[in-house]
Order: sequence, then C-alpha cells, then structure tokens
Amino acid sequence: MAGAAVQRRLSWRVGEVAELVDETPRVRSLVMSVQDWPGHLAGQHVDVRLTADDGYQTQRSYSIASPPDIAGRVAVTVERIDDGEVSPFLAGEVQVGDMLEFRGPIGGYFVWDVAAGGPLFLVAGGSGVCPLMAMLRHRAARASTVPTRLLYSARSLDDVIYRDELDRLAAAADGLEVSYTLTRAQPVEWNGYRRRVDRAMLEEVAWPPWEQALTFVCGPTPLVESVAEALVQLGHDAARIKTERFGPTGG
Amino acid sequence: MDETRLALDGNAMAGILEELFVSDVTAARGACATCGSIAQVGAQHLYMYPSSPGAVLRCAACESVLMVVVHAKERIRFALQGLTWIEIQGTATT
Amino acid sequence: MRLVTRGFKGRPRDASVSDRLPPGQYLVRDFPVLSAGPTPHTPLSEWTFSINGEVDEAKRWTWAEFRDLPSETITRDLHCVTKWSKLDTTWEGVSVDTLLAGVVSAADYVMAFCDGGYTTNLPLEDLTGGKAWIAFAYDGQPLEPEHGGPARLLVPHLYLWKSAKWVRGLQLMNDDAPGFWETYGYHMYGDPWQEQRYSGD
Repeated sequence: MAGAAVQRRLSWRVGEVAELVDETPRVRSLVMSVQDWPGHLAGQHVDVRLTADDGYQTQRSYSIASPPDIAGRVAVTVERIDDGEVSPFLAGEVQVGDMLEFRGPIGGYFVWDVAAGGPLFLVAGGSGVCPLMAMLRHRAARASTVPTRLLYSARSLDDVIYRDELDRLAAAADGLEVSYTLTRAQPVEWNGYRRRVDRAMLEEVAWPPWEQALTFVCGPTPLVESVAEALVQLGHDAARIKTERFGPTGG
Repeated sequence: MDETRLALDGNAMAGILEELFVSDVTAARGACATCGSIAQVGAQHLYMYPSSPGAVLRCAACESVLMVVVHAKERIRFALQGLTWIEIQGTATT
Repeated sequence: MRLVTRGFKGRPRDASVSDRLPPGQYLVRDFPVLSAGPTPHTPLSEWTFSINGEVDEAKRWTWAEFRDLPSETITRDLHCVTKWSKLDTTWEGVSVDTLLAGVVSAADYVMAFCDGGYTTNLPLEDLTGGKAWIAFAYDGQPLEPEHGGPARLLVPHLYLWKSAKWVRGLQLMNDDAPGFWETYGYHMYGDPWQEQRYSGD
C-alpha cells in the first residue's frame, strides 16, 4: 500500500478536520483527511497530541472509528467528559479546517479484518463501541456476511452512538444482529434488556461456545472484566476473547 | 467521578512501546517471570499511564510487574525485568 | 515539527494565579487516584510498622500500638509529579519524629517500604523536624484504601510519589539508593519548588 514502506517508524503527522458529526448530545466524531495515510486495521487507535501556544502539550488515545476501506480518512469519536482537559476541546471547539497532530495507526492486539473470519461477537460498553464500529464498517464495506452479533450497553437510547447507522446495518439482513441493553433509562415501549451485562444475558446473546467465535469486548474496565470472565465461565475459549479497557484518563 | 481511577490495559501503552520496538508490541506474547503465565501485552494490566509519564504493566494473572516504561524529558527508560521473554510476530499494520 | 493546536488552552497553568502553586502545577478540587499497582488489603490484625536497617535496635508496632501513639492533625498542600496540586488537605497522623524517638542510628537516608512492593527513598532529615507523618486519616475519615489506607507516609514538601501509600516501615540506610520510581528515572529528591521531577532536573 502506498506510503507503508516509507513510514515504518511511528511518527507524528497532521490531519485536516474535514467533517464533524454530532453522534449524541455528548459525543462528536471528527473526520480527518490525511495525506499518505498508510491504512490501518479496524480496532487500531491513534494518539492525538495537542499543543498550546506556550508549548504545553498533552496527548490522548482514540480508536479509529472509520474503516480502513476509505483511503486517507481517519475518524475519531470523542465523548465529552465534564471538566475534561481535552474532550471538551475536541468535541466542542475544533472546527472544520483545523489541523490536528496525531500518530498511528497503533495496536495489533485488538484488531479484526474480514480475513480473520468469524463468527464475531462484539460487546460494547458506552464509548467502547468505537473500535467495534470500525470493525462493523469494514465488514459492511467488504460486503462480508461473517455472522456477527453486537451487544451494546448504553445508559439510554439517546446515548447510543451511531444509532441510525447501526439500525441500517442490522436491517441489511447480511448476518449482523444488534442487541442493546439500556441501563439507566428506557423508552416506554422498550422490549430490549434493561440492566448491566451479566452472565444470563451473555448466555442468551452470545454464540454458543462450540461456534468458536472471535470475541471483542471494549468499554469501562468493570464491564470488560466481568464480561470476559462470564464468557470463560460459560465455556468460551479465553484465547479467542480480546479485550480493550477504556478509561477516562484526564478527560 | 474520579477519572484516574480506572486502570487500563496494555493497549493504552501501544504507542510508547512502538517507540522502542518500531513495530506493534500489544499483540506480542510475553511470559511472566514470576508466575510463568503467557499472555498478550494488550491484555495485561496497565497502571499510571497515560495519566502519568510512568507506565507500570502488570501480569493479569498474578499482578507482578512485567515492565516499567517512563517517558519524561525527551527520553524513554524501559525496564523489562518482569518478563522472561517477549515474542513479536511480523507486523499488524497494513 | 511543533504544530500549535488552534484554540487549545489546556488546564490553567499560570503560576502567578497563586503563589502556592509550584512551577508547572495546576489546581484540582477532587483527589485523583494514581497507583503503580492494585490496592493491597492487609487486615489490621496483620499490619505492623517497622523501623529497621542501620539501627542499633529495630522497632515494630502493631496497629493497636501505633494508634496508641500521640497523633496530630495537620493541613498541607499536596503536589503530584503529574502536575496536579491540591491545597489545604487535612490529615491526621503520627509524626515520624515520634516513631524515630529513641532510635539510635548514624544513617542519613531512608527507604520507605510498602505493601505491594513499592519503595521510595528520602534523606532522613526530610522525615524529621516536623516534616513527615504516618497518616491514617484524611479529611476527618479513616484513610481509604485507594488513597493509601490504612496508613501512608506523608511528606508534603516533596512530590507526592514520596508520600508512599500502604507504608509498612522505614529502612535506614547509610547511602542514598533509588526506590521504585527513582530507579526508573524520577528525581532522587523531588522538590516541587525546584521542579525536580526527573533525574537530571
């Protein structure tokens, strides 16, 4: 792929913000157009570095939400943390046309591409859905019919990121099923789950262990730990479960 | 809620590890020198980093220190003392 | 290449905002938790505090004996190497002077050691003369485990990594030697007013 042979070392580069998408009241995606982007794998992330005019710098990691199938595009989805140092800036102040410094793609453990096959079981807690969305977008871009189930835990329907797109992907009837559990508030006619992900829910939603699914769990540490442990207790192979813990790291 | 409370995993130190190893390390398997358990770096328990310039990676099975990485003042000090070995395969980037 | 990010300010960093903030620090109102490892949970029935190393006679207290010692309430500012500072924090603890009373030693340095294996080194004179405590209460409540409970070392005039959480004793040494973070590149002394964060500062 063009550029890959040249940029072997991870180095800082610049992307131009081409589009802003408000996903939920607290969450905004920044779509960057990047020259000579060597491509990435769904699940990888970037480190974004911000520099104030007195030279002060700080850095945050964000999963790449866009699929590798769109050349030169790197989208990150940022949840605004109250009193955060960086997220209110990225999700509130950055404008189209701004330049952001970042490096990547980073990560080789929590990645999936269609060649890895399935079935696929994706478990998301809150903004943990972002790297999993890159996987689903990649799956769709390749018209893959790998059997896939997404279990997405969010506080309420308004907090579900990429909701319309997930509904569209699920409606395509190409082997993707999406289940939600809304833990704090549910709409009046809600038929879905309404509690934290637990073993009983996983037993209903996950593929049976004999399917040898590839599992990716991403979200806050307590969710990731309890889901991984419950799946192993249900008989799933620990070696086929990949985890990524998201934590607010200063906002 | 105190944002620094939640511990992360080896995925969150992928960038800084790549500064030393040139290629991704989170998919690499390592053997804990204390309990012998073998697991990928991305799944191990990360403390302190990136909230602090010092990263402490601990074995998810026994919580012994696997490695310490301190990135401060334009230099990075790596200590890999808690790993008997670490094994990197190819590269995951396209 | 240093690209200035349009519009990014970061946390308030202006030291002239308060002469109580050492260089490079910013003020927080919460109390961040940063630990190099999982929180230990030593039962009080098994907890002891020791003074050993280069001493004529080692000393040890059980929790009950430790809590019988005279303690004091103090209010101090805290400065973490990760740049946050928290002002006017109130603690209750036993002065290290009290614990060292009667200890005969020619040692000049101390290694504080803790549950979980954490260590940090200090000059003995930075632990004496009313500058350090073994603190067991914060803000009027028993010290929470995530903040170092049941007891932590408190040395507020140095960066907070020197105020070792889950402290179990002080080992007196003739020569200075690096503790955990000092081994990995943090400053041996750690004076926030001289911004001694890392070795070479």
